[in-house]
Amino acid sequence: MNILVCISRVPDTASRILIGSDSKTIDPAGIKYVVNPYDEFGLEEALRLRTKNGGEVTAVTVGTAASTDVMRTALAMGADKVVLIKSENEPTDSFYVAKNIAELAKEISPDLILCGRQSVDYDSFQMTSVLAELLDMPSVSIVSALTVDSDKLTAERDIEGGKETVEAPLPCIISAQKGLNEPRYPKLPDIMKAKRKAIEERDAIPSEERVTISEMSILSKQRVGTILSDSDEDIAELVRLLHEDAKVI
Amino acid sequence: MSLNNNLTEDQILLRDTVRKFAEDIIKPQAKELDEKEEFSYDITRQMSEMGFLGAFLPEEYGGSELDYVSYIILVEELARIDSSQAATIAAHNSLGVGPLYYYGNKQQQNKYLPELAGGKLWGFGLTEPNAGSDAGNTQTTAVKDGNEWVLNGAKIFITNAGTDITLGSTVLAVTGEKANGKKELSCFLVENGTRGFTQKTMHEKMMWRASNTAELYFEDCRVPAENMLGEQGDGYKQMLGTLDNGRLSIAAMGLGLAQGAFDYALNYARERKTFGRAIATYQTNAFKLADIDMGIELARNYLYDTCRKLDRKERFSKESAICKLYCSEVAHTAANHCVQLLGGYGLMKEYDAERYYRDQKLLEIGEGTSEIQRLVISRMIGCYE
Repeated sequence: MNILVCISRVPDTASRILIGSDSKTIDPAGIKYVVNPYDEFGLEEALRLRTKNGGEVTAVTVGTAASTDVMRTALAMGADKVVLIKSENEPTDSFYVAKNIAELAKEISPDLILCGRQSVDYDSFQMTSVLAELLDMPSVSIVSALTVDSDKLTAERDIEGGKETVEAPLPCIISAQKGLNEPRYPKLPDIMKAKRKAIEERDAIPSEERVTISEMSILSKQRVGTILSDSDEDIAELVRLLHEDAKVI
Repeated sequence: MSLNNNLTEDQILLRDTVRKFAEDIIKPQAKELDEKEEFSYDITRQMSEMGFLGAFLPEEYGGSELDYVSYIILVEELARIDSSQAATIAAHNSLGVGPLYYYGNKQQQNKYLPELAGGKLWGFGLTEPNAGSDAGNTQTTAVKDGNEWVLNGAKIFITNAGTDITLGSTVLAVTGEKANGKKELSCFLVENGTRGFTQKTMHEKMMWRASNTAELYFEDCRVPAENMLGEQGDGYKQMLGTLDNGRLSIAAMGLGLAQGAFDYALNYARERKTFGRAIATYQTNAFKLADIDMGIELARNYLYDTCRKLDRKERFSKESAICKLYCSEVAHTAANHCVQLLGGYGLMKEYDAERYYRDQKLLEIGEGTSEIQRLVISRMIGCYE
């Protein structure tokens, strides 16, 4: 089974984001870039499927030449092959990225393509759908449990207030949701071995940008307090907020 | 942490990986293990699976084959969260594995190193009740009897030497007298379970409470002659070499602890309000934080640079003494300011500041006191010539 995992290089959520002088890009100075957390779920799932079914895991990213760091992470976690499709500037248009990934997918004909449910930088949520369209494949988004058989997959999706289970034939595109798995830590020997492995680099194919950023701004930080009463409803709300928003319980 | 200090891609990945591991796995348990003074076999097993135990050993022994900068980053990132776990890793690699790898023969390396990279621990028995900085005054003796050496004496403060997963310890003993009248010292590999060799875990420690520290006793303990490390009389040289390396990992512990205490203090100072303002905005507090940050940046650059010297096989004895001394003093200042910034809360066990404050103190004492480091540096710059 051949699996293609799409990886986006995003600023660490703990980074302090500043807008560049052109008001259209993020100033990369002082930002730590990481593998998009949702893509880690995708990569981990691919590695587990490989352990179970054999085959090859290829990780791909579309990004600037600096993106070798996230490719190195993918190698250390266990990807067999990594491909960096180099774009001149940091890509912000989903169609451009999808078009480039689709070209690679046509070459290697994967049985399964895994993406994260979103990239936590531009949050466009489009990759799965655009890829599905370009490759004429079925796609299932926001998947929190996955079983893959020889010619079809069964996926559990998070929907408002519940779950739904769907089936789709292979090849298929999946977007990973938190809860799908617990991504592994790369082991130190694997990190050291990863530096000796090759990163395949190729230039991005020119493609139109369908959406361009005209301006970026940072919201002024204001602390918004929530005042709750001691009603049963509000107590339940407080527990929910502590659990889901503050993530302290 | 703005600077990447000329780290390579894999060094940054290793740093981020260990940081995540320490925060996810160690941090939630650190306070309780400290409280109970408990060595965690579970965390040690997980650290072993991550490849922390054979950090710089080559792959043929099951090691992770880290360069020295990477190894130091490993220790630093652990100490940022918990000195006890950092101590287990630093002592095992620098003092346990180090002498066996650098001075052991092929047979000894093949016998012990794969197990030591795979989950077992090894101690380094140097300090005695009456011989600390003054190692030349070692009183443990080894007397040749046929094809065996008979050891008698005691060692104290030996990290990792008394756990259930300790395979043995390297032990420094007097094997004779040199022509100049000084003691001739040699090192022996003594396995736990050898008759006449007992280990007693020490309790009631102020710091590093979740790491194992033991006293070792030798009563007519017989070890085969092939368990001598290197040649007879090499002990003093081996010990000095081991300590040169060991100082760098203690320095890494100081740097990591300083960073942990600094992060904790800065975070608190920006949140905590008095008289309607965050306490970080009062210059007296802001300057404390600025001072710690300056110390940390300088310490990190100098320590990494010294490790690169070691990787290039250049001399680094003076530099390693400076690293150890400076990093432990930065850690002292950081922990002290951290408690001060937290005020009354800083004195409570509920807050990590208190643990940082206790844990840092060892760094000015273990593996050569700050006074001894100053002695080493002053000798190297020619003060006594």
